[in-house]
Amino acid sequence: MEREKIISVKNLTKEFGHFTAVKGISFDVYKGEIFGFLGANGAGKTTAMKMLIGISNPTSGEANVAGFDVHSQADMVKKSIGYMSQKFSMYDDLTIKENITFFGGIYGLSRIEIKQKIAQLIEELELQEVANNLVGSLPLGWKQKLSFSVALLHEPKIVFLDEPTGGVDPITRRQFWEMIYTQAYKGTTIFVTTHYMDEAEYCDRVSIMVDGSIEALDTPKNLKEQFKVDSMNDVFLKLARNIE
Amino acid sequence: MSIAVNNISKSYKKLKAVDSITFKVNDGELFGLIGPDGAGKTTIFRILTTLLVANEGSAEVAGYDVVKQLKEIRNSVGYMPGKFSLYQDLTVEENLHFFATIFGTTIEENYDLIKDIYIQIEPFKDRRAGALSGGMKQKLALCCALIHAPKVLFLDEPTTGVDPVSRKEFWIMLKRLQQKGITILVSTPYMDEASLCDRIALIQKGKILKIDTPQNIINNYEKVIYDVQAKNTHGLIHDLKNYPNQYSVYAFGEFVHYIDKNATFNPNDLQTYLKNKNHTDIIIKPATITIEDVFMDL
Repeated sequence: MEREKIISVKNLTKEFGHFTAVKGISFDVYKGEIFGFLGANGAGKTTAMKMLIGISNPTSGEANVAGFDVHSQADMVKKSIGYMSQKFSMYDDLTIKENITFFGGIYGLSRIEIKQKIAQLIEELELQEVANNLVGSLPLGWKQKLSFSVALLHEPKIVFLDEPTGGVDPITRRQFWEMIYTQAYKGTTIFVTTHYMDEAEYCDRVSIMVDGSIEALDTPKNLKEQFKVDSMNDVFLKLARNIE
Repeated sequence: MSIAVNNISKSYKKLKAVDSITFKVNDGELFGLIGPDGAGKTTIFRILTTLLVANEGSAEVAGYDVVKQLKEIRNSVGYMPGKFSLYQDLTVEENLHFFATIFGTTIEENYDLIKDIYIQIEPFKDRRAGALSGGMKQKLALCCALIHAPKVLFLDEPTTGVDPVSRKEFWIMLKRLQQKGITILVSTPYMDEASLCDRIALIQKGKILKIDTPQNIINNYEKVIYDVQAKNTHGLIHDLKNYPNQYSVYAFGEFVHYIDKNATFNPNDLQTYLKNKNHTDIIIKPATITIEDVFMDL
């Protein structure tokens, strides 16, 4: 069976002056896949991700995301994807309902759709008692789960998650990954970065960036065999050691 | 005793951030506060570094009272806050010089203490701190916290958001500082770093749940945990959760950690159950218990 490519990257490069942050990376991501995008701090992950979500123009190379070219069709890319990061997720001084309404509006949902989504999310995430509380008052783990749901409001084909679980407690972290699994099972493609190496094991395939290049890309099982180690943590340490 | 905390509580409006916490850190010890975001770790750090006054309780650091002798404490401790707090528009060298001057010392006087760390960022000494990479910022912040040769070092989540390689290097640096006689109180949300501390306090929602050596905490855990694996992890978690006697089911790297309610649990029964649910490549074996397992069961 031919799998459908949802992200296709060819020789993607980004230069800042004399510094090449992303050095001609190429890879494909398939529909419904959980794709782990790993690398040390400063390896070029964020720069690469910014190009894929259409907010930074590549210096050279191509990337097609959800059927659109990231350079010439950046607006269409943005409409087809969801995005959440650890740093920015939602507005702290709006309530949960207001945040959902706001982001629903941004993504072009109708009033009726927004109403339905609010009811659905609040029930699914069991937020009945805090629906009118400010998002800023929620524990980080709840915030991140809500933020993930908000990134899915417009039913995007792909969702980009930039360190979604940083600092989150161990149980909520796992609940978060169960949400990811459920979503991938429904056919949404998940593109995720993390510094938790146990989470790398939950991905279907993992790429590891070192110094602007993708140095390894395979299933966690194959990577461990390739580097003859027992854990993804050891794979990472072997590849990225001595790189600042 | 380098740090003695006695029934400290601190509330912000309705929220009890720290709830009657008591613990001691011995001279030269590397002590870890292990807990997630919102556990109260930063509040404890701020109280111990005299930046915040507790509502109740008392605490001593390096023999000084945190309320009555705050000036002495400020001279005796180094503090690296979780948020990068150096001057972004001063260079690496200017920041270091600034902190040395504030504490009435010079870079040369205590250079031995920071040398191992500083030489790694010295090639960038004329770069503005704001333009450094995450790993380099962290090293500079550590140098600035050490420049006055403190007796006690407070590190609030120094490795959050830092990649596994840099995290590993950072802990090697901490061990070296400990060998130089510095007492270290460090907090982290990464459970794997707990095993690198002499003793740890597991903390959640403002309360300390356990204090001991990492090894004792693991040894005293009474339940048996099984590693379970099958080809379809998502389906496996779902089916394990529906197994009649399940106590807990959590993804743990390449395996799922399964705990049964019954002491008489037989792995063969589970194997049969999973086979009937059409799972393939099933593995069930006793798991190695980690701090994270213990934490999740508290």
